[in-house]
Amino acid sequence: MQLSIDRTPTPSERTPTRRLSLPRGAGLWTAVIVLVVASSLASPHFLNPTNLLNVLRQVALYGILGVGMTFVILTRGIDLSVGSIVAFSGVFGATLMERGLPIPVTVVCSLAAGTLMGAVNGLGVAYWRVPAFIMTLGTMVMIRGFGLMVADGGTVNPGKAAENFFWLGGGYLMAVPTPIYVFAAVCLVAYVVLSHTTFGRAVFAVGSNDEAARLSGINVPVTSFAVFVICGFLAALSGLIFLSRLSVGDPNSGLGLELEAITIAVIGGTSLFGGEGGVVGTIGGAMILAIIANVLNLAGVSPFSQQVVKGAIIILAVMLETARKRRV
Amino acid sequence: MDDPRFTLTLGNVVNIDKTPALRLEGITKSFPGVIALSDVSFSVDRGEIRALVGENGAGKSTLIKILSGAYVADAGRIELFGEEIAHPTPAGMIARGVAVIYQELAQAPHLTVAENIFLGRLPRRGMRIDWAAASARTRDVMSKLGFDINPTDRVQDLSVAKRQMVEIAKALVRDARVIVLDEPSAVLAPAEIDQLFDIVRHLARENGVAFVYISHRIGEVFVLSDTVTVLRDGRTVHDGKSSDLDAQALIRLMVGREMGDIYPHRTPRLGEIVLETKSLSDRALLRDASITLRKGEIVGLFGLSGAGRSELLKTLFGAVSRGGGGVQLFGASADVRSPREGIAKGLGLLPEDRKTEGLFLNQSVSFNIVSASLRRVAVNGLIFPRRERETVAAQIDRLRLKTSSVDAAAQDLSGGNQQKCVFARLAAAECRILLADEPTRGVDVGAKREIYDLLVELASTRDLAVLMASSDLPEVLGLCDRLYVMREGRIVKELDARRTSEEEVMSYAALH
Repeated sequence: MQLSIDRTPTPSERTPTRRLSLPRGAGLWTAVIVLVVASSLASPHFLNPTNLLNVLRQVALYGILGVGMTFVILTRGIDLSVGSIVAFSGVFGATLMERGLPIPVTVVCSLAAGTLMGAVNGLGVAYWRVPAFIMTLGTMVMIRGFGLMVADGGTVNPGKAAENFFWLGGGYLMAVPTPIYVFAAVCLVAYVVLSHTTFGRAVFAVGSNDEAARLSGINVPVTSFAVFVICGFLAALSGLIFLSRLSVGDPNSGLGLELEAITIAVIGGTSLFGGEGGVVGTIGGAMILAIIANVLNLAGVSPFSQQVVKGAIIILAVMLETARKRRV
Repeated sequence: MDDPRFTLTLGNVVNIDKTPALRLEGITKSFPGVIALSDVSFSVDRGEIRALVGENGAGKSTLIKILSGAYVADAGRIELFGEEIAHPTPAGMIARGVAVIYQELAQAPHLTVAENIFLGRLPRRGMRIDWAAASARTRDVMSKLGFDINPTDRVQDLSVAKRQMVEIAKALVRDARVIVLDEPSAVLAPAEIDQLFDIVRHLARENGVAFVYISHRIGEVFVLSDTVTVLRDGRTVHDGKSSDLDAQALIRLMVGREMGDIYPHRTPRLGEIVLETKSLSDRALLRDASITLRKGEIVGLFGLSGAGRSELLKTLFGAVSRGGGGVQLFGASADVRSPREGIAKGLGLLPEDRKTEGLFLNQSVSFNIVSASLRRVAVNGLIFPRRERETVAAQIDRLRLKTSSVDAAAQDLSGGNQQKCVFARLAAAECRILLADEPTRGVDVGAKREIYDLLVELASTRDLAVLMASSDLPEVLGLCDRLYVMREGRIVKELDARRTSEEEVMSYAALH
């Protein structure tokens, strides 16, 4: 994954176009607005409040994963295991509930399990020097296996306990779906951590130039370890929300969610080369994906063609970002 | 035979033999802010071995790149066997028989010897690659050269010396008639150097290959070369037979320039010993380095590339693990195991390559400056923006760092200001012992002067101790109080920088 690009522009190509370049992130939010306008024109149902809240719920569900992924990608890493952690924490939580454990205990145990899995990823990448892509590819498969083992191949139905848990993923607070509050809290904390703490600086420093970070006295292994822990924790949180909404723990759920999370982060302007991006962009990225999925649904486009569109959007987003960089 | 009419009547035959294999005339090349080469001319006949010598920064590398077609000269002409090369390109130069063998060998390490030798031109039989022919031809050329290298070995498993032989074999397979060797001996052991010299002589005498041999080891010039060209500050200062010179004369030619007054005058006030090492070694190159450093002192570490300067600095800083020996910091025995501990103990490393080791290029100036002192601008991990702004502003002001804004990306600064940015980081971290590795590499003369002023100011007003590794000899002599000369991982001499001469220092660093 060690790609190197020479980003140094020659003075002649730099000066004349500089005035035309937009501030960072402007393109993203323009795209969000254009999408909202286009969607409301394409379907009369789009601006319906119920539909908008649905879109926001989607933003929250995937956005939480996107925030975790943003931390990892900022250090120039990648985490392919988040989809499996989502499935595992759902199955694990459902199993504990089925055994009659109180909901708070279940929640804590599930979050702890996801965090632990993130810690294993972090250990592999930061201390055993396994490339992040390989390490998390391995744990992606392993954790999926653990989920299947816990559920014994089927789904886990916690029965009545699930009804008391439904508020987290399906409930409303002042007419707004609960996951949106969770997402807002996650974003707020993540924003403060990334832009106002020494740890946030370390994350950017490691992703920007890990050798310079080391020589600046930044604890590089601890930083790259920690981002995987955060990502694992947020994946488990997301898994619990999915469990709450679906009321069953399904070891085969969450397939491809890791790609969704990466897409959100990348569309949001977080560079796969590390050190550039942030949570605000990730929120925008989650919005773009959710709006597109929603309007395609409203327009009756088949889920199969939706995949094609999603894939094309990833490429387009990165192309635009690369073009922007070359211009600046 | 010297009768011109005779030459004319015999026409081509004599003419070809008299034409130099390579002729450069008036080569000039400048980069923004610096003239790298100015009116450089020389020629190499068939079978001639010409040494090209000069200090770092004399223009050798630029000249090599022009010969390889990587750079195009601003002015001047290149002739190969009497034919002017109007538009030199890397492919064109190779096709005309010029092979450049770089110090950093450009090879595909995971491919075999045969594959490397025939890279891009493997023999084919129909659609398929003719591996048997490739192996046979490789074996053939290896035996002709007297190399003991198996065509199917992977290049990454070979020693550096053997890799170089592979490059020479590759050049011959491509019918190279002019071979440029870029400081090949820097990475070779003495016995390997002898072997290399034998091959070079053989190819020159028997096959008529013309050699340009670049080196800054003085001894080699007399052992190997027929003629020598000395470059200094991008100009030819000498062109003649090697046998007409002796080592001292050659060194004078290489270094003999006016010191000028770009070095600030200083009267050091020396304090107590802040750093002392006893027989310090790393796990690779560094051996038994014992040095002392006092408060307010600027001490130079001079050596040619590969002498172990960077290794010593990095071992002190904790960036490279220590193999043996002891370090005393501020009078107490100190075991610095990581840069983190180094910074906590008051050390600061200004790395050799600021782009890959120093700066966060895509981050802001402010980010770069506080990155080593985050704990000073934060309480419980929470950064105080005002404190950060104040720290950054104070450093920018003190170091006279020129930037459009503290939010500008470090990559948009000039080389000198980038270097100041790394300085500012160390100053903000309140470093008391500065380990500077090539502090003025790649910055223009004006910025050099500013960096010198800065070092002197830090040493005198801040009681900083500076240990400065440099391959720029005038700089070491102009700036330092004392200096240690390093060669092959060892400290070979300690000198008073004010009482020594460039010739003396060079004799310890370069002569065998």
